[in-house]
Amino acid sequence: MADVNRGNRPLSPHLTVYRPQLTSMTSILTRITGNALLVAALLIVWWFLAAATSPEAFARADAVITSWFGDLVMLLSVWALWYHTLAGVRHLIWDTGAGLDLPTAYKLGYAVIGGSFLLTLLTVIIV
Amino acid sequence: MRFLTDRKRAVGLGAAKSGVEHFWAMKVSSVALLFLVPLFVITFGRTLGADYEAVQAYYARPFPAIVAALTLVVGFKHFNDGVQVLIEDYVHGIAQKIALIAMTCISYAAAATGVFAIAKLAL
Repeated sequence: MADVNRGNRPLSPHLTVYRPQLTSMTSILTRITGNALLVAALLIVWWFLAAATSPEAFARADAVITSWFGDLVMLLSVWALWYHTLAGVRHLIWDTGAGLDLPTAYKLGYAVIGGSFLLTLLTVIIV
Repeated sequence: MRFLTDRKRAVGLGAAKSGVEHFWAMKVSSVALLFLVPLFVITFGRTLGADYEAVQAYYARPFPAIVAALTLVVGFKHFNDGVQVLIEDYVHGIAQKIALIAMTCISYAAAATGVFAIAKLAL
């Protein structure tokens, strides 16, 4: 008799009533960065296919990816990649049952944000 | 009702049906990507911007080619599993089914295209 009143019962407050917090923002950013990486991934597949096809096809794909707009997409994607990677490491840590208390979650959140910018900077310098 | 154990009442309902496989697949692919992604960023990043001949020569070598192929295969599997959860959360009904099928097809198509291209460059 659990759902007699289905659809017409008071609901718990949803996202819109909460003040944005570091924990919720770092969480949703993980999802956004992960899914947005599809754009860069498809561009890279195109680049490989073009390189395997002909010099003309390669020139076309390479021109798009190395244009200023392509550079911007790649730069943002590198940051998204590192952010998603570090946030993933945070999830691997959480999955062991460690670091789930609020102070540690905040520290890890700042580490993920700081680390993602640091790794992006390193990538730009080295690669 | 009182003769049923709590477990018996839960088996087959809600998250008790499945879910661990998906969770575990995400764990395996994420740990694999933890190693593949830095290698791919370094190898691919070095070649991006090079001319046609240099790219052909670089991806004729086994290491960059294998790293790139593995990253695309594991990466697109990881993406497919991840986007599945995104779609299940925000899209419902028939649109959900269409989105899930479309994203699965795109993931496999992109991975296959990438591996084909890299194999052709490498051989």
